[in-house]
Amino acid sequence: MSISHQDDHFYLARKAENLRLRAGLILALRRFFAGNDFLEIETPVRVPSPAPEEHIEALPSGNWFLQTSPELYMKRLLAAGYPRIFQICKCFRADERGKRHLPEFSMLEWYVAGFDYLQLMNQCEALLEAALGGVGQTRTLAWQDRKIRITTPWERMTVDEAFLKYAPVSLDESMRLDLFDENLTEWVEPNLGMDRPTFLYDYPAKLAALAKNKKDNPALAERFELYIGGMEIANGFSELIDVDEQRRRFEEAQTARAKKDWSRYGMPEKFLEALANMPPSAGIALGIDRLVMLLANAGCIEDVVAFGPESL
Amino acid sequence: MYTASDLRKGLRLKIEGDPYVITEFNFVKPGKGQALYRTKLKNMLNGNQFERTFRSVDNFEPADLREKKMQFLYKEGDKYCFMDNENYEQVYLSEDQVGEAVNFLIDNIEAEILLFEDRPIGISLPNFVELIVTEAEPWAKGDTVSGATKPVKVQTGATVLVPTFVTEGEKIRIDTRTGEYLTRVKG
Repeated sequence: MSISHQDDHFYLARKAENLRLRAGLILALRRFFAGNDFLEIETPVRVPSPAPEEHIEALPSGNWFLQTSPELYMKRLLAAGYPRIFQICKCFRADERGKRHLPEFSMLEWYVAGFDYLQLMNQCEALLEAALGGVGQTRTLAWQDRKIRITTPWERMTVDEAFLKYAPVSLDESMRLDLFDENLTEWVEPNLGMDRPTFLYDYPAKLAALAKNKKDNPALAERFELYIGGMEIANGFSELIDVDEQRRRFEEAQTARAKKDWSRYGMPEKFLEALANMPPSAGIALGIDRLVMLLANAGCIEDVVAFGPESL
Repeated sequence: MYTASDLRKGLRLKIEGDPYVITEFNFVKPGKGQALYRTKLKNMLNGNQFERTFRSVDNFEPADLREKKMQFLYKEGDKYCFMDNENYEQVYLSEDQVGEAVNFLIDNIEAEILLFEDRPIGISLPNFVELIVTEAEPWAKGDTVSGATKPVKVQTGATVLVPTFVTEGEKIRIDTRTGEYLTRVKG
């Protein structure tokens, strides 16, 4: 069914305020990185072998794929001696469409050589404090029917603590029953970051295919997620730099993917070669669209992009 | 058979012998985690609702339902009468069975009457209906850019949110699945 030009105009015009917020936010994010000695870089969107991940499927593009994340190429730059890099880019993921998911979305990703996940958490907090301040949000964020206090420091809670506090089943039990994702999304996530932003950290190692495990407890990985208003905003970790371990995890993911008849990717060999030279680092990916949803108090992700996939 | 990626609001499934419709649907996927399909299901016979979360590997049996085109004749008490134009048979639906379709039910409209084991159990309207605006605030010209909306009344008595440029007497197209305004209809 075609809609009239006047109606198309109406749908686009009502997004004007959100699109202005979006542009302002991206500008403020770039300003923070420029002021903190980061190099903005671009890596290819079409790639021959994306990182094999058990639950993320790439879209094919010719014989190659559209990137699901710029992670592997940014790490090759890290390994080549670029210690502080960031990128704002489009990422693509098959079959992801919901109130908080677009199959084509905007990602901010950055890496810092010499950092671990705790230092990166602090930097993420500083970045968002500066960026939100840059668009006039300094004390509270109106989100749905509540007010989220955004003055720092933000809340920090381990995954284990969060399950104890919010879920009827512990983290260990959820892992044992293979119900981590269900229990996390049903019981835990809706409570996170509702009064103030929350960093959830120390994930089960199984759920962090590219992260370094904790030295004193290898069952846990040095991974964190930032939640604001019950919504996952960013995912970061101390990077795994053990080549053999990384190869083993990729192979495991490839086996799991093959069982589901998902696309076969080649092993990202050049990345694995580079990993041997990568310094200890931490990296993080942040969903720009969702951050704009928070700023705009928008319930659906298509409200903060000019064109959702259904309107093309 | 349906797979999880077929799930959406309005889809009808057979679970333990009863027909169910998905009344709420939410795609969720925690970071690095698997896709989950969170649904609210309504039993189409007794209206009972429950929530269930599915994974992408789950399969579903479609509900064996038949739809027949019938014409809306009249309302009598809390019964709505429809006629099968092929054999002139009349069937009745209760207010509950008509549900939100009542907002877009104009005389003589052709709707699909839902039959489960030959019993009428519900109605589905065409996805788009065209209704006349019967009450609307006048349009202040030049207001098209703002993206603002206003509520208007349509001929069935229902209230719909429309862009401010819509005026009384105009015909508008409405998506009956969401109740949302789509566009004006000329002529």
